[in-house]
Amino acid sequence: MNEPESRRHLLKVTGLRAAAGGKEIIHGVDFEVHGGEVHVVMGPNGSGKSTLAHALMGRPGTTVTAGSVTLDGVELLELASWQRARAGLFLALQQPIEVPGVGLEAVMAEALDRPGDDRARGDDLGDRLRAEAAAIGFDERFLHRALNVDLSGGERKRNEMVQLGVLRPPFCVLDEIDSGLDVDALGAVARRLEQATRQWGLGVLAVTHFHRLLVELRADVVHVLVAGHIVATGGPELAEELEHTGYGAYAAS
Amino acid sequence: MTGPRRQARALPDSEEPEVAGPTGSNPAQKRKGRALDTFTAAGAAQLGGPEWLQQRRARAFADFEVLPLPSEKEELWRYTPIDELELGGYRPAAGPAGDPIAELMADAFLNDLSEELGERSALVVVRNGAPVSFVRTGLPEPVSLGGLAIASGETILGSVVGDGDSLVRLNDAFVPDAVVVDVPPGVLVEEPIVIVHWCDGEVAGAEGAPASFPRTVVRVGRDAQASVVEVVAGAPGSVRALVLPVTELIVEDAGVLSYVSLQVLGTGAWHLARLSGQAGRDARLRVFTVGLGGAYDRSRTDCVLLGQGGSSELRSAYLGTRDQIHDIRTLQDHAAPQTTSSLLCKGAVAGTSRSVYSGLIRVRNGAVRTEAMQTNHNLVLDERAHADSVPNLEIEENDVRCSHASTVGPVDEDQLYYLESRGVPPERAEELIVLGFFDDIIDRSPIGSVAGRLRREVRIRLAEALGIGADANG
Repeated sequence: MNEPESRRHLLKVTGLRAAAGGKEIIHGVDFEVHGGEVHVVMGPNGSGKSTLAHALMGRPGTTVTAGSVTLDGVELLELASWQRARAGLFLALQQPIEVPGVGLEAVMAEALDRPGDDRARGDDLGDRLRAEAAAIGFDERFLHRALNVDLSGGERKRNEMVQLGVLRPPFCVLDEIDSGLDVDALGAVARRLEQATRQWGLGVLAVTHFHRLLVELRADVVHVLVAGHIVATGGPELAEELEHTGYGAYAAS
Repeated sequence: MTGPRRQARALPDSEEPEVAGPTGSNPAQKRKGRALDTFTAAGAAQLGGPEWLQQRRARAFADFEVLPLPSEKEELWRYTPIDELELGGYRPAAGPAGDPIAELMADAFLNDLSEELGERSALVVVRNGAPVSFVRTGLPEPVSLGGLAIASGETILGSVVGDGDSLVRLNDAFVPDAVVVDVPPGVLVEEPIVIVHWCDGEVAGAEGAPASFPRTVVRVGRDAQASVVEVVAGAPGSVRALVLPVTELIVEDAGVLSYVSLQVLGTGAWHLARLSGQAGRDARLRVFTVGLGGAYDRSRTDCVLLGQGGSSELRSAYLGTRDQIHDIRTLQDHAAPQTTSSLLCKGAVAGTSRSVYSGLIRVRNGAVRTEAMQTNHNLVLDERAHADSVPNLEIEENDVRCSHASTVGPVDEDQLYYLESRGVPPERAEELIVLGFFDDIIDRSPIGSVAGRLRREVRIRLAEALGIGADANG
C-alpha cells in the first residue's frame, strides 16, 4: 500500500465459476473493481451472491472450478484465505460469528503481525481501535469483549467496520451487510465505506438482496446477478429500475 | 418450561458390588488383596493425633477391608481406567518428612506460586496430606484455621461426604491430618485462603509409589463470606504417585463460599478427587475445578442445595495432552424449593488423550421452582483424541426449569475461517480460538486473583500440545 495515489489498485475477476455443496452456483462472471470505486452486486435469493463473496475469500466448502481473481496482478485463487486477506482483500460477513474468549485486539494484532508493519504495536493498536470505534459509533466497551459475543446484529456489523478501518486493505467485499441492520446502523456503515474510498482509496464490492443499501450507499457501478450470471451492469439508475421492475425480466434466461 | 421427566439412576457411591467369593479368585479381589498388603491397620494406627481421630481411622480401615474397589462396570466409573488401579503398588506417603529432593521442588514451586497468586489472607502448606505450616496474613481473628485438633474438627469432618466409597474410606483411614477452615457467622474474609498440597512422587529404589490423602474441610457460617484456593501439585515428570483428596464445603444460611482448585500434578500421577459441598438457605456456593496434570485425573463434585433459595455455580475445566485421561463427574442435587444451580464444564483433548464428562441434575421431591442448567463443551484437537459427554436428569418435581447442553468436536470451522479472513494464519487462528475457549471459562473464575496463574498453566500445556512456541504472555 505504498504505491503512489495515481496508481489505483485493481481487483479483477475473470471467467469465475464456483460451486458449493457439489453444485455449480456461479457460472462464469467477469468484472473489475478499481480502488476508490463502490460496486454493488444485486440479485434475488439464490442467485449466488454469497457464493461469489466466499469464492473470492476462499471459504472452505466453496470451490472455484474455473477462472481467475487477481489483486494488482497477484492471483488470489492460488492463495489460502489468510494470504488473500494479507494480499489486500477483506470480507465483511453477513453474520459475523462469536468467538468466545478471543479479544478483538488479539485478532487485529495477529492480523497485522507481518514483516515491515508496525501497526500491531501495543499502544498504537489500542489507539487505532478506539479511533475506528468512534468513527463508526461502536461502543468502546465492546472493544474489550470477546469477538461478537453478546453483540447485536448491528453492533457486529459495526465491529466489522472497526476491523476494516484498522486493517485498511485495498478491497472490501461485503456479504449482505444490510441484513439485520437498522436504518441508522446501515447509514453509519455506508458513510464509513464512502469515507474509506477517499481516505485510503478503498475499493468496495457489496452484494445485497435489497435496494435499500443503495439508498444509503452511493454506488458507482451496479451489477445484476441472476442464476449465477451477471446479466446487467450499469450505474445507480440500474438499481432504480430494478426497484420498479424486479428481477423478473432477467429470470427468464 | 418444565424439565423432562426421565428415569435415571441415582448417584450411589457404589453399585453392583462384586460378589465376594470364598477364594478371592476374580481379578478385582486379587487387586484388593494386594492393596491390603501395603495399606494396613497398623499403618493407619501409626498416624497418631487425637483419640477420636485414631478411632475414626480404625473404623474407616475396617470398612475399607470389606468394601469392593470401584469397578468400570459401575456407571460412575464407566469410561475410566479404574480397573487398572493397582493399590498394592502404592504405600501411604511419609507425611511431612518425605523425600528431601521433593522438599526442594516443593519450595521452588511454592515460591513461584506465591508471587503469582497475589493478595491472600492465609497460606497453608501441606505435604503428602499433612499440614506443614499455617501462615495467617490478615485472616480475621475469629476465623479458625488449623488441623483437626481445632475445636470444630471432629464435628465437621465427614459431615458432607458421609462414609463414601472405598476410596473415601481409604482417605479416612490414612489421612494424616486435615486442613480445617471455620468461618464464624457474619465474618467476611476478603482475600482468599490459599492451600497448597505437595504430593511426593516415587523415588528410585523405594518400594512402592507414595499415596497421599489430602483432606480439606471448609465451613462458612451464616451470613459469612470466604474464598479458598487449593493447589494440588507434585513432582513433575512421569514418576508415579497416587493422590486421593477429599474436600468438604459447607455454606450455612446466606453465606457465600468461592472455591477454586487447580491440579497440576506430574504426568505419572493418578489423581482421584472427591469434592462434596452443601449450601443452606439463600447460601451461595461457587466452585471451579481445573484439572491439568496427572495420567488419570478424576474429579467428582457433588453439591447439594439443602435450603430454600440456595444456589450453586459449578465450573470445571480440563485439558488433556499426551495420553492423559480426564474424568469429570458432577451432581447438582436440589433438595429444597427455589434452588438454583448452573454448571459449565469446558475441556479440550489433544494427542491421544481422552475425557469423560458425566453430570447429573437431581431434583428431589418437594424442590419446586428449581432452576438447573448444565453445559459441557469439548474441543477435540487431534483425531486420535476422544471425548465422551453424558448429561443426565433425574427429576421428581413438575414445576422446575432444567436444561442441559453438550458439544463435542474439533475447533469450529466457521470461527477459523472468520479469523483467517482477517489475515490470521490458520495455526495462529486455532491457537487463539483454543486459548479463547479456556479464557472464556477462566474469566468466570469465582476468584479473580487466580485467573492469571490458571491462564499460564493452560497456555504452557497448550503450547506443548499444539506444538507451538510457549508464548505465555497476553
